Amino acid sequence: MAFWIASSPHNHQQSETSALMRMVIYATIPGIFAQWYFFGWGNLIHISLAVITAIIAEFTILSLRKKQITQQLFDGSAILTAVLLGISLPALAPWWVTITGTVFAIVVVKQLYGGLGHNPFNPAMAAYVMLLISFPVQMTSWQPPLSLLAMDIQLTDTLYVIFSGYTPQGYSVEQIRTHIDGFTMATPLDTVKTNLTLGLTVVESMEAPTIGKHFGVGWEWINAGFLLGGLFLLSKKAIHWTTPTSFLFSLFVCSFIAFIISPDSSASTMFHWFTGATMLGAFFILTDPVSGATSVKGRLIFGALAGLLVFLIRKFGGYPDAVAFAVLLCNMSAPLIDQYTRPRTYGHQLGEKK
Amino acid sequence: MSTLIAILVIGVIAALFGALLGFASVRFKVEGDPLAEQLDALLPQTQCGQCGYPGCKPYAEAVANGEAINKCAPGGEDTIKKIADLMGVEVQPLDENHETDNSPKVAFIIEEDCIGCTKCIQACPVDAIIGTTKQMHTIIADECTGCDLCVAPCPVDCIEMIPVATTTQNWQWDLNNIPVVQVD
Amino acid sequence: MDSVIERIQKGNFWQFHGGIHPPEQKFLTSTKPIASAQIPEQLIIPIRQHIGQAGKLIVNIGDKVLKGQVLSTADNPMSLPIHAPTSGTVSAVQSMAIPHPSGLSETCLILTPDGEDTWKKRYICPDYQNLTKETILDKIANAGIAGMGGAGFPTQVKVSTLAKIDYLIINAAECEPYITADDLLIQEHSPTILDGIKILDHVLAPKNILIGIEDNKPTAIEVLKKVTADIEHIKICVIPTKYPSGGEKQLIQILTGQEVPSGVLPSSLGIVMQNVATCFAIAEAVISDTPLIKRVVTVSGQALEKPQNVWALIGTPVGFLTQQCGYTNSQDKHLIMGGPMMGFSLPNDQIPVIKTTNCILAPSEIEIASPFSSTSRKEVECIRCGLCADACPAQLLPQELQWSAKAKDQPQLEKLNLFDCIECGACAYVCPSQIPLVHYYRVAKAEIRQQKLLDIKAEKAKVRFEARKLRLEREKIARAEKHKKAAEARKARMNAGTPAAKSEKSAVAAALARVKAKKAQSNSNDDKTIDTTVTAVANESVEQVNDSKSQVANAIARAKAKKLAQQNQVKLESIDTAQDIALQKPAATSQVETAKASDNKVEPKSSPKVSDKKSKVAAAVAKAKAKAEAKKHQSEDSANAQEPIEAKQVKRKIDAPFESSNENVHPDIVVQTSTADIKSNPIEDKKAKVAAAVAKAKAKAQAKKRKDAATTQAEEPVVENPVLDSAAVVNVEKAEIKPAISESNNKPQADEQTTTTDDKADITTAKKAKVAAVVAKAKAKSKAQNKTKATEAEVEQKAVKNNISNVQKSGDRYTQSPEHNTSSSDGKVSEQVITNNALSQENQLPDLTPQNQQHLEKTDKPKSADRKAKIAAAIAKAKAKKLAQTSQSATETESTVENEIDNSPSKKPATIDEQKKARIAATIAKAKAKKLAASSKNSQPSE
Repeated sequence: MAFWIASSPHNHQQSETSALMRMVIYATIPGIFAQWYFFGWGNLIHISLAVITAIIAEFTILSLRKKQITQQLFDGSAILTAVLLGISLPALAPWWVTITGTVFAIVVVKQLYGGLGHNPFNPAMAAYVMLLISFPVQMTSWQPPLSLLAMDIQLTDTLYVIFSGYTPQGYSVEQIRTHIDGFTMATPLDTVKTNLTLGLTVVESMEAPTIGKHFGVGWEWINAGFLLGGLFLLSKKAIHWTTPTSFLFSLFVCSFIAFIISPDSSASTMFHWFTGATMLGAFFILTDPVSGATSVKGRLIFGALAGLLVFLIRKFGGYPDAVAFAVLLCNMSAPLIDQYTRPRTYGHQLGEKK
Repeated sequence: MSTLIAILVIGVIAALFGALLGFASVRFKVEGDPLAEQLDALLPQTQCGQCGYPGCKPYAEAVANGEAINKCAPGGEDTIKKIADLMGVEVQPLDENHETDNSPKVAFIIEEDCIGCTKCIQACPVDAIIGTTKQMHTIIADECTGCDLCVAPCPVDCIEMIPVATTTQNWQWDLNNIPVVQVD
Repeated sequence: MDSVIERIQKGNFWQFHGGIHPPEQKFLTSTKPIASAQIPEQLIIPIRQHIGQAGKLIVNIGDKVLKGQVLSTADNPMSLPIHAPTSGTVSAVQSMAIPHPSGLSETCLILTPDGEDTWKKRYICPDYQNLTKETILDKIANAGIAGMGGAGFPTQVKVSTLAKIDYLIINAAECEPYITADDLLIQEHSPTILDGIKILDHVLAPKNILIGIEDNKPTAIEVLKKVTADIEHIKICVIPTKYPSGGEKQLIQILTGQEVPSGVLPSSLGIVMQNVATCFAIAEAVISDTPLIKRVVTVSGQALEKPQNVWALIGTPVGFLTQQCGYTNSQDKHLIMGGPMMGFSLPNDQIPVIKTTNCILAPSEIEIASPFSSTSRKEVECIRCGLCADACPAQLLPQELQWSAKAKDQPQLEKLNLFDCIECGACAYVCPSQIPLVHYYRVAKAEIRQQKLLDIKAEKAKVRFEARKLRLEREKIARAEKHKKAAEARKARMNAGTPAAKSEKSAVAAALARVKAKKAQSNSNDDKTIDTTVTAVANESVEQVNDSKSQVANAIARAKAKKLAQQNQVKLESIDTAQDIALQKPAATSQVETAKASDNKVEPKSSPKVSDKKSKVAAAVAKAKAKAEAKKHQSEDSANAQEPIEAKQVKRKIDAPFESSNENVHPDIVVQTSTADIKSNPIEDKKAKVAAAVAKAKAKAQAKKRKDAATTQAEEPVVENPVLDSAAVVNVEKAEIKPAISESNNKPQADEQTTTTDDKADITTAKKAKVAAVVAKAKAKSKAQNKTKATEAEVEQKAVKNNISNVQKSGDRYTQSPEHNTSSSDGKVSEQVITNNALSQENQLPDLTPQNQQHLEKTDKPKSADRKAKIAAAIAKAKAKKLAQTSQSATETESTVENEIDNSPSKKPATIDEQKKARIAATIAKAKAKKLAASSKNSQPSE
């Protein structure tokens, strides 16, 4: 018989990083389902492509770095990154966009910085921004909701479009995107932005077909799906409530102020909440612990800053949506935020407390 | 005319900055050699002379003047790293001429063998040996830096370097080294 | 303040940050009564069981002690006495593994119980109210009570605080998931605990007494409420269960809302905290005069059949307790002392229970998985999830601490307040990446503490070094001053005009003239030190040509140098003469070179082997010898023995010629001395050295005999005899150099032999054997050496021409001999060969064998059989070698050579000058011995 020695504490909560990651992945399911329902197979194909690419890229890098492959490959972080990237890509983007983006996310943003836990930026968002800047045409070719499409696209059509650029019938992405009335459709945010430059008011823009009755056909449901997933994560304590709350609250406040000041040129608060990638960002991107702030106070600041940035870029920036940019900017400031939001250690600076 | 003005302006600015720099160099003059001082602070102060210099300070000064940074055997890799950081140079492995064993040691005089020659007393860089001619010597263990300079001069080889024993006070939480005793 | 009480009365407590809720396991033991103490076969009582210093043992091995008898005394406030937990015999005091995470050993007292459990005499004191505070404190201290909650801080130190106490907090929180020791103690012994609290109340006179207890102990709460119902200022504070609410700082925060500032004791806030078990011990100590010799220990864990609380005597081995509770787990044992959160693993089950041991945990594999089993998970990278920071009760940032700890960034660690970490383990408990955070902190803390100690030490060393430098500087200046004064005085004397002064002056002038002449003569005028010159010589020797003309010239130069050395006893020329020596050196050594050059043919291998270091060593040895000689010389010459400075000068002067002459005699002495030196280093055993010296002396005697037999010059025996005598009676210290010298003198150039035999000798671990082997070898070689010496002497004596060819002849012969020797020694200890050789040798050289045998006998006695065999082998081998040599050079030349064996050293000085000098040269090899002889003869103090 032999004794063995270990350092205290001897028992453990039995939680695991990989379990945490898995739970986050499961939480994306409602949103993905909504995406599938309103926009067809496109994103599912991108997600699968991205996941496969991510695993291959991760495996290659891990073996090059001589790490424990079996353990680290399936810790879920790479898969989560791939899923998030797949969700955020336009449904009919060509296949190489996904692959380039995923490889960039895994190899450059994550592994070159030292792998899990060491990346300063959210890999999915960094890859998204890289793609948006490098391939603006492909990355802004948003597919309108299925219900608004002039033609009916099935799984095979989507596959053909993604891998060759044309449907079996020979329609290009542009043609698919074209409305029955002959104009190209965009996302609700895009529509609002374009219309504003055309001199239309927001209220007038709200009548656009892509927006539909509420805040955008399909988009509102996708956001609702991610909100549901996010609430699930909150209930499971997989993510901390601070970041999403402060982000949404900040976005709400900013848009509300803008709306009060100038209702004609500003979209409503709920429009901001339920279009674009707001909910995805709030619950799945900003809550990424690696690239976010750590203390409670820090997270509050982090979320609020992200909300402010999202609003500013949406309102004044050149791009219709802003979550990715806002996240990257916040990632940059996270270490600084952490530095200045260190909690007061027990028994220190007691005078300041009172 | 404009060229002249330009020249004048630039000249005045140059003069101004020159004056400023000159003033700064006088006003903020640093006494002594701060680099050597900083280096000296990094060295382990065993004064062992293994670096080839008669003490830590001279070596610090030499390093400040371009001597290799990897000659401090008692300091080991840690010290080299710190010096490299301070000097902004590459970390080098410890000079091969030195033994790599830099575990803390303390000199011990085998008292029955000591003949009282005082040779070790003269060799000790920190005056940590007590004794006089024809009298047995002994080492103040607390003051001994473990430099082993006293070992070589001893004509009867009665000085030993004894590794400092690990006690519960200075134990470093090295759980892997705990002996697990087999009990029946 | 009132608000605090109000809040407490409302049950509205504060909260501390973080905290965790590990699964409760108290049900395993909380309902079972405390089992009574059983006496194990032996008790292991560490003399230090608390924070602070160990007391001084006052019992001896074999003493009979009674239960409760004090075993050690406290000699300072931070040390506590220990007591005999039962009656019995002190069977040992030894270093044993103590309950400490390190598993290191400390002094423990082993007590073998007699089973009778006889108490010492006790004095029951029912009315503690009448006792003074000091008496109670004394009683507490003498009972050896230390905090029983885990840390083990001496209680009397804590209680003797002078601060005004607002709150006395009794810690019954017991937040560790398994431990129920306090719970059960309250349930069963609440009146005694209350007595203890009252005693503390009496001593400290606090405004309020708060008993903090977690709400998961309903029975204990009931009992406490019942016994304290009629005491108004005692309040039972039932706090929510949360780990680590039992921590001192945490409990204070929960109950009073105050934070204890970092690095400050709670008493500065007017708060004192005591554990319930400590209260119990205090009551026992004060009222019933029972020292702390037993305590309640929770023996729990699912690997036990009947986990329960037991009364355990201090010193009971853990294994005894687990056995009592039915420990069945036979494989992969894991025992934890303390709770699962803060306890430490035990390296074996013979670790004793001490005053601070509240729990022994024997978990099953399901409860706490072994980190080495396949199911356990390994540490992965931190994902900065911040769970640890949320759980930390000290509001630290564990993840940042962890990075800094891994990077060994000590300043940053201190900035992040690492030392406020209470090591509760909450962070590591919640970490999803399974990082053993607390372990990193502990290592980092230990490193920082160590670094601080080192820094202090370095600073001290620096100061001492600087002080020493200053002192040396001062001494140097003082010495220079003294010299200057002395010189001035001398000058004054010389200018005084007395006849003595005049003669001195003229001597100076003569010397100066001579020096000038010398300068002109010598071609190289470098002022290198003797050592470096010798080095240079050694290096250059290979290149030198055999030039008889220069040899002659050099001989003259050397002669002059000698003369000078003798005459130059003038004081003022210390520098000049030093230079002089340096100047002479090249001249004298060039002779060596020539001799070497001729020797090159003889022994081509040896010269290249001459390394700088070796030559230095040789020079040093020669110098030392010369010094001793000089002393003697000086004592003989009354004119010389005027001033110590002078003496030194003389010595230095004589050094050079000696060296040169030494090297003239033994062109290859350099090599040999060094090898011999190296060998002699490991020889530490003085006895062996003496033996070596004696043996050598015998070898010499033998040489002398041989010499006597031959036709020799009359002076030789005269010179040799005192040498031998002195060598025989040689002082132990002096003797140690002997083996080296003797070897250098006696060994032939055959380096190969030396190494091969040496290797074999090394195998024998016994140093004595080695020495014996070396000595034997040296003896054996002496003859061969003698031959060489003689040939060289001849070369010198006759100054070239005919004899050179003679030398070459013998040299040719010699070149063959090493080969021969090697082959015989390589023929590995095939006994036949050895005995054959030995026999034949005995036949040929009958005068040698007795010596060898004698020596053999000598060495035989104290040594074991295998050593004997080895020595015998070595000797036999040496004999074989000698035989080979002697057989090789059994010609006419040899006989003449042998005649001159020991003439050589003395002969060449004789050609130069007086008889005294001849004697000096002759004794070069045995300078140390002579020194002794000289000093014994002369009343002159040596230096």
